[in-house]
Amino acid sequence: MKLDVVLRIVTKLMLPFMLVFAAYVQFHGDYGPGGGFQAGVIAGAALILYAIMFGLEQSMRVVPTWVVEKMIPAGVLLYAGVGAVSFFYGENFLDYDVLGHDHVHAQELGIFLVELGVFITVAGTMIAIFYGFAGRGREE
Amino acid sequence: MIAQHVPILAVMVPMFGALLATLVRRGDVAWAIGLATTLATAALAVLLLQRVLIEGVVSYAIGGWAPPVGIEYRVDLANALVVLIVSAISALIMPYARTSVNAEIASDQHAWFYTMYLLCMSGLNGIALTGDAFNAFVFLEISSLSTYVMIALGQSRRSLLSAYQYLIMGTIGATFYVIGAGLLFTVTGSLNFVDVAERIATSPYDRAVLTSIAFITVGIGLKVALFPLHVWLPNAYAKAPSVATALLAATATKVAVYLLVRLYFSVYGIEMVFVRQPVVEVLLVLSVAAMFFASFVAVFEINTKRLLAYSSVAQVGYMTLGISLASVTGLTGTLVHLANHAMMKGAAFLALGAVAYRIGSVNIDRMQGIGRVMPITMGCFVVAGLSLIGVPGTVGFVSKYYLVLGAFEKGWWWLAFLIVASSLIAVFYVGRVVEAAWFAKPDVEMAQVKDPPLSMLVPMIVLTAACVFFGLDASLTAGIAGQAAAALFGGVQ
Repeated sequence: MKLDVVLRIVTKLMLPFMLVFAAYVQFHGDYGPGGGFQAGVIAGAALILYAIMFGLEQSMRVVPTWVVEKMIPAGVLLYAGVGAVSFFYGENFLDYDVLGHDHVHAQELGIFLVELGVFITVAGTMIAIFYGFAGRGREE
Repeated sequence: MIAQHVPILAVMVPMFGALLATLVRRGDVAWAIGLATTLATAALAVLLLQRVLIEGVVSYAIGGWAPPVGIEYRVDLANALVVLIVSAISALIMPYARTSVNAEIASDQHAWFYTMYLLCMSGLNGIALTGDAFNAFVFLEISSLSTYVMIALGQSRRSLLSAYQYLIMGTIGATFYVIGAGLLFTVTGSLNFVDVAERIATSPYDRAVLTSIAFITVGIGLKVALFPLHVWLPNAYAKAPSVATALLAATATKVAVYLLVRLYFSVYGIEMVFVRQPVVEVLLVLSVAAMFFASFVAVFEINTKRLLAYSSVAQVGYMTLGISLASVTGLTGTLVHLANHAMMKGAAFLALGAVAYRIGSVNIDRMQGIGRVMPITMGCFVVAGLSLIGVPGTVGFVSKYYLVLGAFEKGWWWLAFLIVASSLIAVFYVGRVVEAAWFAKPDVEMAQVKDPPLSMLVPMIVLTAACVFFGLDASLTAGIAGQAAAALFGGVQ
């Protein structure tokens, strides 16, 4: 890739901030706008920017296709798994109260975990869509 | 412990199965996971039906949040019956799927296919079980999206086009549904079916409620493939892999019909839908049009999968006809036909899947004399076909009996005549296949063909046997359907 050096340097500078911002949106979702979906999109966009600047091969070395394929179901599995924990305490599905000692903490932990699941799945899906389109015509 | 959580497990077991199937990415393992989860879900569905029969309505609050604030799963006889249909058919098709999928789908996509199969099942069970208008929408999308993928996995390039066509139509349908649900939410401030039903009665915003009925009827009408919103269905069924066609034909439209029934009877109420809106007239005309037009088109189809798909549109006409009769007998006909049509279309499409597996085509001209070399397969097809016609001793007769009875109760003898007349058209389209299969002589190439392996034969035979068994002794299916219909007419209990 013979791209402009300015673009590459600026991209490298921006990437850590994008990822930190994704984390901010993820963890600040309880108090303000944000949450797993938005954070997942931002994190996915960071990798897509990297792929655009440094090429698909390079980005596939950072996040290989098989990782992306596992990310999508893994996030849903985390969400559903957190819900299923309640079964073992005799409570209804997705009842987060079983995760902690008092109601507020348990609910917060529950939301935190399922939002993490959302993050993983959304980021994975964004990257998968990009890989799917960008990789077209390259195989075979 | 399991008994308490059955309503949610019927949705989550196939969901977990789907997730594990994608994580392993190996076709044979994914199939084994699919078999285990579908069988488990079918067992859960039986448990659920038993529990509803003994205890009455079962309510389950997701996350421990009491309804109407939280999402409630509310199971009465009508949903329990639908869930049993979906789960039992999915479990029956799964053993069949292995051979058929190996033959029809590229090996690196097997795991995807089983994932989508299980997701679709999870979504359909979810629509049936939930008592929440928005949750129903989410499950509608889960089942629809997985259906698009299953159709696109078909062999021909036209599969992609069919999937895309269905995607556009299905999305419009889902959008209309969510607009209708949104209007309901604006008027009542609630999404819980029971709560909405209570609040609608005292709502001053009449026009918004009536508009939402229109939106929901059209939206679900697209999913049901109610004539003339059926154009996506023949292509989708004809181009999908055989297993997917059997699953969709036997379950997907049924669940959509159920959702329509639930919204009409339990949410809006009979007065709102049938007295103050011309739903009876609209549904009646469209149903009769479907029965005749779609059957008529089926007579001239060369591709037998498309032929049966058009027959499905006609059969959906019988289901909506039962709703439009707005009586307990008519609704019993609708609900019992959900189960009956699932059995006969399931059996018929499984038979065609076996034909496709052996000769690689389902065109009538390629099937000359196939009955003599694949007697069991085509025998099952004949019984399923007789059932589609409505011959006494098969399940099709039971459904039509209730519909004709409902028509007579209303004094609409002409409608009874139309029901019988449309059945006669079915004689022609089933007859064409039977003639080609049994009365023509197989050529040299055809003489080498044999019945498919046992794993494919057994599910087919079980469904065919069910067609006859429940046709001779309808006390179980019609009994449950009758009780469910009576309960729906009593409003939500």
